[in-house]
Amino acid sequence: MIDAILESPYINSLPVLFEGLKLTVLITFSGLFLGFILGAIVGIGRLSKKKLVRSISIVYIEVVRGTPILVQVLFIYYGLTEDLIGLSINSLTAAIIAITINAAAYIAEIVRGAVYSIEKGQGEAGRSLGLTENDTMRYIIWPQAFKRMIPPLGNQFVISLKDTSLFSVIAVGELLYMGKQYYNVTYEIFETLLMVSILYLLITIPTSVYLRRLERKLDV
Amino acid sequence: MITVKDLHKSFGDLEVLKGINADVKEKEVVCVIGPSGSGKSTFLRCLNLLEDITSGHVYINGEDLSDPNTNINKLRAEVGMVFQHFNLFPHKTVLENITLAPMKVKGLSKSEADDIGLALLAKVGLSEKANDYPESLSGGQKQRVAIARALAMNPKVMLFDEPTSALDPELVGEVLQVMKDLAEEGMTMIVVTHEMGFAREMGDRVIFMDEGAIQEEGDPNQIFSNPQNPRTQSFLSKIL
Ligand SMILES: Nc1ncnc2c1ncn2[C@@H]1O[C@H](COP(=O)(O)OP(=O)(O)OP(=O)(O)O)[C@@H](O)[C@H]1O
Ligand SMILES: [Mg+2]
Repeated sequence: MIDAILESPYINSLPVLFEGLKLTVLITFSGLFLGFILGAIVGIGRLSKKKLVRSISIVYIEVVRGTPILVQVLFIYYGLTEDLIGLSINSLTAAIIAITINAAAYIAEIVRGAVYSIEKGQGEAGRSLGLTENDTMRYIIWPQAFKRMIPPLGNQFVISLKDTSLFSVIAVGELLYMGKQYYNVTYEIFETLLMVSILYLLITIPTSVYLRRLERKLDV
Repeated sequence: MITVKDLHKSFGDLEVLKGINADVKEKEVVCVIGPSGSGKSTFLRCLNLLEDITSGHVYINGEDLSDPNTNINKLRAEVGMVFQHFNLFPHKTVLENITLAPMKVKGLSKSEADDIGLALLAKVGLSEKANDYPESLSGGQKQRVAIARALAMNPKVMLFDEPTSALDPELVGEVLQVMKDLAEEGMTMIVVTHEMGFAREMGDRVIFMDEGAIQEEGDPNQIFSNPQNPRTQSFLSKIL
């Protein structure tokens, strides 16, 4: 009985799939971390009083959100690097760049919405005390806005995590790619894909549950 | 100390201030009254450039606010402002609300700023609230903290925009008391208020505004008991 379970095609695929899961998580975290930095810059640019800065931010957001991430990653991996710069990057780097660029556009809107939602009187109180625009942003607006960004950022984490599965097209060894590699050899397609799905859910469901709780606690 | 010359302010096509001239001397307490929408808040907000000035001049201690070379942040630090809705920073404790600007604008150390903050909290009677967050305070307490926060920058003049009108009636007195103490210490104050008792008792002068212009100004007793302008008469008859 125990042998039967241990020998089952479900369990057998796990060591290979775990390798993929590690990369999936790595791409998601690095991409979101960098995407948050870029997204915060674009999001604040979107709120700038300078028309040029605002326009650049809007164009960035619209272009990225208006094109499929699959096209973006192919662009980065083949189009931009090989054709344009003649430089080749590995597929993992291309994947992280793609998540970064893509998540940044959505995070920019999250940042903008959160900053915008802070009452006008907060900034006025800061400025009336003689704080510079930058200090007002840094010490008064941003800490309050950041709290409101947490739930939508968690949501973006789930979206980006799922997006990484598209990178199997450039042969990044993430979860879905490893699954495909595995069933190409064993022909256990159903079993393998079921395990792949379960591994995704193992991350996405607890994240969503935790976020809902956090949302209630932060009362935002 | 403050001189306003032909101040105009428009929001798009809407002209809200139509040429204001005023002078406020050191230690003077000036109360501004007038119907809703007459431009009282806008006038006050122009005095520390929370609204930019469309045309005209505001001089504070001789420095022209509309001169691009004026250091606006430095000037603002000298003009304290108290808002109708307090605008305390909810993510900071009462003491941190007060010490933020002295530390970031004046570069005081935390302990220097804490000393100032605690002294001001004692002054407004809220020493025991130093480490509480604003949400746990009553409206009257919040406004007293907001006054202490503005005072921490050691301003030369304090602007109050209806500081008691968001408060439950039983909490108005404690805030007015703090303002009276301040006036008696010789603070220069411009107060937009509907508290006629305060204006009568503490005001050196009352300005009546309507439709973006100063319609009448003078000694509080004269304005309240013997207004000359028919608009002042009709406004006062409605509220007294
Ligand atoms: N940011 C703004 N944009 C457009 N119009 C504005 C703005 N701020 C004020 N106004 C308009 O300017 C006029 C004067 O407003 P203000 O707030 O100065 O009046 P007020 O005398 O303070 O009134 P209240 O007693 O109701 O506070 C109003 O008609 C108001 O709608
Ligand atoms: Mg007003």
